[in-house]
Amino acid sequence: MRSLRKPSVIPGFGLSLGFAAFYASLIVFIPLAALFAKAFTLTWSQFWDTVLDPQAVASYRLSLGAAFIGASINLVFGFIVAWVLVRYHFFGKKVVDALVDLPFALPTAVAGIALTTLYAPQGWIGQWLTPFNIKVAYAPLGVVVALTFIGLPFVVRTVQPVLEELEKEIEEAAASLGASRWHTFRRILLPALLPALLTGFALSFARAVGEYGSVVFISGNMPFKTEITPLLIVTKLEQYNYAGAAALAVVLLTFSFVLLLLINMLQHWSSKRAGG
Amino acid sequence: MSIEVKNIQKQFGEFTALDNVSLSFPTGELVALLGPSGCGKTTLLRIIAGLENPDGGVVHFHGEDATHVHVRQRQVGFVFQHYALFRHMTVFDNVAFGLSVRPRGKRPDKKEIAERVHDLLKLVQLDWLADRYPDQLSGGQRQRIALARALAVEPKVLLLDEPFGALDAKVRKDLRRWLRRLHDELHITSIFVTHDQEEAMEVADRIVVLNKGKIEQIGTPDEVYNNPATPFVYDFIGQVNLFHSRVNEGWAHIGEIKLPAPEHPQVRDHAAVAYVRPHDIELQALPGEGFISAVIDNISTAGAVLRIELRHALADDVIHVELPRSQERLLNLHPGSQVYARPTNSKIFLQNR
Repeated sequence: MRSLRKPSVIPGFGLSLGFAAFYASLIVFIPLAALFAKAFTLTWSQFWDTVLDPQAVASYRLSLGAAFIGASINLVFGFIVAWVLVRYHFFGKKVVDALVDLPFALPTAVAGIALTTLYAPQGWIGQWLTPFNIKVAYAPLGVVVALTFIGLPFVVRTVQPVLEELEKEIEEAAASLGASRWHTFRRILLPALLPALLTGFALSFARAVGEYGSVVFISGNMPFKTEITPLLIVTKLEQYNYAGAAALAVVLLTFSFVLLLLINMLQHWSSKRAGG
Repeated sequence: MSIEVKNIQKQFGEFTALDNVSLSFPTGELVALLGPSGCGKTTLLRIIAGLENPDGGVVHFHGEDATHVHVRQRQVGFVFQHYALFRHMTVFDNVAFGLSVRPRGKRPDKKEIAERVHDLLKLVQLDWLADRYPDQLSGGQRQRIALARALAVEPKVLLLDEPFGALDAKVRKDLRRWLRRLHDELHITSIFVTHDQEEAMEVADRIVVLNKGKIEQIGTPDEVYNNPATPFVYDFIGQVNLFHSRVNEGWAHIGEIKLPAPEHPQVRDHAAVAYVRPHDIELQALPGEGFISAVIDNISTAGAVLRIELRHALADDVIHVELPRSQERLLNLHPGSQVYARPTNSKIFLQNR
C-alpha cells in the first residue's frame, strides 16, 4: 500500500481508500458484476439470439438515438438557459433558476403523464400539431421530448458555474482587440466552456439512456417503433426471463460505457488544451 | 493622439464615481491617474476605453467625438490588472489574436502576423515563451504578454488599469522602469491607473490626482510632490505630519513656535492645519530659537533613512521624522532621549468652519 501512494500530509489514506473501494463495490461493482454473471448463464448462441433479436436491435436504436438527440438539444438550449441565468438580471430569475431543477425532483412517471397529456393528439399542444401531421405522443418524437425534459438540468448545472467564473475582463480584452461578438464567442468563450459542455452532454445522455418512467407513458411502447430498451428489459423481467433481461442490460451498459469513455477522453483533451 | 474628456459624469446607483471631470491628455505623454480606491480612476479609464458609458459628458480622440464609438472601433490598447490573457491559447496566439480577428480584407497574411508577433515578443523580451500557455508564466511575464497583445493592433492610445497591482514588490519595481523605457521608445499616448503614489512618481510624465470622483491636482510628479494643491494631495502623496495651528497675518502659530504662511497675509486668527513632510524636520540635541522639545518614541534604522517617531504635546499623533543615516552618530539618538525639532518647510491650509 505504502509504495502505491506519494507521501502526503493528509492522514487516513489507507482507511479512506479502503472505505471508498468497499462502498463502490457494494453499491456499483458487485451489482454490475452480478448482471454480467446472470447474462452469461445463457449459452453464447442464446445470448446472441437475445441481443440480436430484431425487436431488441430496434429498441437500441431508439434508446441510444433518442438519448443522443435529446442530449444534443439540451447541449444547445441548456447552454442558452445557463447563459441567460448567469449573464442577465431580470424579474423572476430565481424562480426560473429553481425550475431548472424540477426534472430532477419530479417523479419521472408524473413527467411522463404530464408530457403525454400535453402532446397527445387532443392535448393542449398536440392539437395544434396534428394538422401539420406532426405526431409527438406515441411516436419516436415523444421519446425525444421526454428524454430532453429529464436531461436539461445536467447541462445547465454543469455549465452555469463555469460560466459564472469566466471573467468579464476576458471578453472586454477580446473586444478591445477588435474582436466581434461572434469571434469572441467562437474563439474565447466556447473553448473555455467546452469541457463543461461535454460533461453536461455526457451526463444528460447517460441519464436519458437509462430513463424509463417518463418514456413509457409518452411512447406508446409499440414494438419496433417506440419501444425503448429499458422497457424491453422490464417486459422480459415480467416474463421471468431474468437472463434475457440481463443480456439486454449488458448491451446497453456496454454501449453507454463506450460512449461515455469517448466523451471523457474528448473532454480530457479539450480541458488539457484549455488549461494549458 | 491626444485625448480629451469633458464634463464626464458617472453614477453607480447612489454612488457618484465621477463628478464633472474634464481633462486632456496630450499626444505622446505617459499620464498616471492616481487616487485611493473608489476615487473613480478606473471608471475614468474604462470610459476612455469605451468599456463603460458615461452618464454625461464627452470623450474626444484627436479632436473627434468618440463618446459613442464602440470599444472595438476605438483602437485602444487595454491592459488589465489581472492580465485577462486567453488561457486556452499559447502566448503566440494571444498576441496574434487582435490581428487574426480582423475582417478578411484588413487581415495580414499568416507570415506577416507571425513576423509582427515575434517582433512584439522581442520588444517585451519574451520571444522564447511563444509556445507556452499563460498558466505556465509568472505574473510579470503574463503582464508583459498582455502588453504585447495590446500593442499588436497598433493602438492609438495605451490604457493600463493598475498594471502592476497583482505583482510582488520586486517585479513591480522592475516592470515599471521597463514600462517607462518602453514608453520612451514608442511614444504612444498612455494613461495608467494606480493607487501607488511611488509608482506614479517614478513612471509618469504627469500625474492626475483624483479623490471622490473629482480632480484634486494635475501636474508633474515634481509639482505634485513639492507643491500639493490641496490637503488631500499632501496627505496622499507621501507621509506627512499634521499640526493644528492658528493663522494670523501671514504666520501660523503652533504653540510657542511660528511658521511662515505667506499665502495667507490677510487672514486674522483663523484655524488652520500645517503640513510638514518627515524629511522637512531638523533635530538637534540642544534647545534653540524656533525649536520645540520632544521625546524620541521609536527609531527604525532599517532602510536608507533613519525613521524617528517623536512624541510631543502639540501634535495629535507621533511626529514622523526622516533623517539621513549620517545623523545617527552625530545626534546620539536613543528612545526616551530629549531632542529639539524644527520644521524647515511647511504648507498651511486654512480649515473650513
